[in-house]
Amino acid sequence: MSEETLQRENKLEGVGASRKRKEDARFIRGQGSYVDDIKLPGMLFGAIVRSPYAHARIKSIDKSKALKVPGVVAVLTADDLKPVNLHWMPTLGSDVQAVLADKKVWFQLQEVAFVLATDRYTAADGAEAVEVDYEELPAVVDPRKALAADAPVIREDIADKDNVGHGPRTHPNHIFTWEAGDKAGTDAVFASAAVTVREEILNPRVHPCPLETCGCVASFDKVRGQLTVYMTSQAPHLVRTVVAMLSGIPESKIRIVGGDIGGGFGNKVPVYPGYVAAIVASIVTGVPVKWIESRIDNISTTGFARDYHGIGELAADSNGRIKALRFSALADHGAFNAHVSATKLPAGLFSICTGSYDIPKAYCRVDAVYTNKAPGGVAYRCSLRVTEAVYLIERMIDVLAQKVGVDKAEIRRRNFVKPEQFPYTTALGWTLDSGNYHVALDKVLKAVDYDGLRAEQAAKRASGQLMGIGISTFTEIVGAGPTKVCDILGIGLFDSCDIRVNPTGSAIARLGTMSQGQGHATTYAQIIATELGLPSEEIQIEEGDTDKAPYGAGTWGSRSTPVGGAAAARAARKIKDKAKKIAAHLLEVGERDLEWDVDRFRVKGNPAAAKTMKEIAMAAHTSNLPDGMEKGLDATEYYDPPNMTFPFGAYVCVVDIDKYTGETKVRRFYALDDCGTRINPMIIEGQIHGGLTEAFAVAMGQAVPFDDNGNHLGNSLMDYFLPTSVETPKWETDFTVTPSPHHPIGAKGVAESPHVGGIPCFTNAVVDAFAHLGVTHMDMPHTSFRVWQHCKSLGVNKR
Amino acid sequence: MIPRPFEYHAPQTLPDALGLLRQFGDEAKLLAGGHSLLPMMKLRFAQPGHLIDLGGIAELKGIRQDGNSLLIGAMTTENEIIWSQLLQTKCPLLVEGARQISDPQVRYKGTIGGDIAHGDPGNDHPALMLALAASFALRGAGGERVVPADGFFIGTYETAMKPDEIMTQVRIPVPAQGAGYCYAKLKRKTGDFAAAAAAVVLHLKGGRVQEVRIALTNVGPTPLRATEAEALLRGNRPDDAIILQAARLAMSVCAPSADQRGDAEYKTAMAGEMTIRALTTARQRAA
Repeated sequence: MSEETLQRENKLEGVGASRKRKEDARFIRGQGSYVDDIKLPGMLFGAIVRSPYAHARIKSIDKSKALKVPGVVAVLTADDLKPVNLHWMPTLGSDVQAVLADKKVWFQLQEVAFVLATDRYTAADGAEAVEVDYEELPAVVDPRKALAADAPVIREDIADKDNVGHGPRTHPNHIFTWEAGDKAGTDAVFASAAVTVREEILNPRVHPCPLETCGCVASFDKVRGQLTVYMTSQAPHLVRTVVAMLSGIPESKIRIVGGDIGGGFGNKVPVYPGYVAAIVASIVTGVPVKWIESRIDNISTTGFARDYHGIGELAADSNGRIKALRFSALADHGAFNAHVSATKLPAGLFSICTGSYDIPKAYCRVDAVYTNKAPGGVAYRCSLRVTEAVYLIERMIDVLAQKVGVDKAEIRRRNFVKPEQFPYTTALGWTLDSGNYHVALDKVLKAVDYDGLRAEQAAKRASGQLMGIGISTFTEIVGAGPTKVCDILGIGLFDSCDIRVNPTGSAIARLGTMSQGQGHATTYAQIIATELGLPSEEIQIEEGDTDKAPYGAGTWGSRSTPVGGAAAARAARKIKDKAKKIAAHLLEVGERDLEWDVDRFRVKGNPAAAKTMKEIAMAAHTSNLPDGMEKGLDATEYYDPPNMTFPFGAYVCVVDIDKYTGETKVRRFYALDDCGTRINPMIIEGQIHGGLTEAFAVAMGQAVPFDDNGNHLGNSLMDYFLPTSVETPKWETDFTVTPSPHHPIGAKGVAESPHVGGIPCFTNAVVDAFAHLGVTHMDMPHTSFRVWQHCKSLGVNKR
Repeated sequence: MIPRPFEYHAPQTLPDALGLLRQFGDEAKLLAGGHSLLPMMKLRFAQPGHLIDLGGIAELKGIRQDGNSLLIGAMTTENEIIWSQLLQTKCPLLVEGARQISDPQVRYKGTIGGDIAHGDPGNDHPALMLALAASFALRGAGGERVVPADGFFIGTYETAMKPDEIMTQVRIPVPAQGAGYCYAKLKRKTGDFAAAAAAVVLHLKGGRVQEVRIALTNVGPTPLRATEAEALLRGNRPDDAIILQAARLAMSVCAPSADQRGDAEYKTAMAGEMTIRALTTARQRAA
């Protein structure tokens, strides 16, 4: 490439450029616009009265004192929502959920009443004045006790239903049993295997805890019959459809507006009772109504994650070559099945649990149960149930390595899917698009001097010190997804992009996804810049306003680049195709005589004869077009991906444990990620830093604990672990590039990989520190307290 | 997370503040840095009708030396303590302790007087005050009295302060030249209270312990002096074996309650571990 060509290409700041984030100029100046910044004339505030009990009957609700508080306008209860049939709502898990508690409460801090007042202070005073008389009932907190014969029935409203959308139920507290793979074939391999290992492995209940809590401003215009909802949603279009289904308002008269969002991580996918209550309140009063969650409400009631009680089993030969996998999980879904999942995949993508390994036989099963805890299991910085699955396989391969006495890196090499096997279809039915696992692992081991670390560890062990080396070689599954496999409420999980090129060659692109910090305004513009040869600086990106953007399923499950980014590339290609026809017309040659050159079409063999995209954009708005061609340079693409994408990585974590306090210090964390084509390396690095930090949080401290009565024990940031820069380890990042064969530009998702792959890496490091003492597993979170208890039970920290 | 309605008062002089306190009695709470009181009000655990902000009273601020005493205004912030050249030189234990309080933002607002007067055993200054043999100047309707830290802390959120009194000053005898010191604190994360912490001041003479004070944070309803441990050490060479014995004696006075930081057994063990570490560091630092 000539110097001149290179200069033109660099000017575009397209794919591969570490372009600075376009969003940050407003964020660092405090000029972002979040939902709580929305102030509309006459706006009322809603405050929620919440249950102090995890399970109780509501004997009565007395609003009279609350209604006497000056400024309180109304108090809504389930009885008030009943006439409009909005006291219950459908969930994303084919169940129903009480919007406001209907005769019973099913979890602590459940929504019981919605107090409307002229300001948020008065609303809080009004909420305190609502008197609710409860009759407490025994609570089911431990999912392992939910299916006992004498367990209290949690959902009396559906006790007589033998099915809640996902097959037969075996107990009033049972939701579904889902399975995949060849059970008989797997059992047979296990029966005759040289080596088998089994471990009980918990992914505890955690919460994504975005910096901005959930909230909305609902504004119903009675005259026009139009509802506008400003809200913190990762999926505004799906929300619009749900609101239309719930309210009976035509979808064309509903507008969902997502402004800036202060982090989502899955917490902002579902529709919550607070949104519905605010919408109803606005419809009833005819004025805008704002509802904003407190931190405690956020951690306690909206969008938890995990709570998967797993059992992992592997069968192998004596060399550690895996012959079969059998994984199961008991899933605690809380009081309503509001788990975010595709309709046909009630346990999400759990069947990715064969990981990066060539495993001939596999079977997995998930049993979901109700408990007296908050509903709404979301995918916390991962695709649906993928962290749970990857955690199991990445833990179990370590357990197997210890059993057969093979090094933890070597056992991975022996079992990896080989490069020549791609596309590789797993025993559980997923077709991994591309991968190069051996190269990635070897690069990381060399970078950290793995042999040196093992030698150091041996010396430390001899002197009684605890040092652990964790490895994780994960494969993620992201980019939901092929509509034949994935839908939500019947709507396929395609995504969309609409591009309009202006006469002067700048462009605006609108997409069905929704950035919550991912940097879409920066990276989508880079994809389009490279495709169209227009500078990314002049390409505006808009998302989140359903009146403007084309329909899409939103941003979650690392689907924006795999699906939205693909739609952007393909919409741009439609424009480029038209542009080529215009160029041929202008240059008076045939299309076949043209070739693309960074930002222009030129005549083959005569590079001076060329038309830049900017020139073509202007021409597209003149009369000088080929006969019969429409004016303008626009295109829309609705992209239905043929497959998921399968990013992967190899991580190494080194920890030193203070056996006297239980403190675990992460000395080193080296993360190699392969997300295919890299659109913006700087943003990728930022995503990996963020994902690793959230992985560190989950592995080392996060949990939503309860007592036996279902009372929250740690639901503020005093207890819930949100690491600061002081606690966060230093991250070293690296990469390989193995493009996705089916994605238009070869890209895969990346933001979730470090979370999914990072969590088992931390646990593997902590367990490895104790491996020489016969320890095969320790459950998260690895707090100092728990690690100290472990040291004590092993008798290694006597003074 | 929204408090009950309350009246806010911002007196500019101590007599005005005392007048307001007398006027509103039980209805009033004094506002210092607010980092304990305001969260309690937002959770509606505390519901004062009147908040008397001491932030505007100049005489409650400042750090100076008067003879053999360090005088610290009760409304002096943690960061002002950390930045004080005088304290860095004369009382490095207080600086080391203040640096471990909560997080940088809180240290801009939180005050030494508020930290002490709140009576929360999780706060760090109470144990530091016990270790430093500090005393507190309290001003009430009947004038000023000076109360030693020993005996000041009666129970959780309960101190020897009377409802009509305002803490005006913290008085610390300047530690002897060459005294060893250490505040060893174990916490889960930045911003957290201690799972357990130990404050130590250690004077050595001829390699033997001439005087030692050990105080513990967050392992009982009040900060705790480990007096038996101190007695064991006095007159002896502070070798590892006796430090271990002292730590065991310190553990014997602990009565922590379980929470998400750990159970009573863990917190007690950590009080011992922090005592070992604080004594060991103090021994290194002692001249």
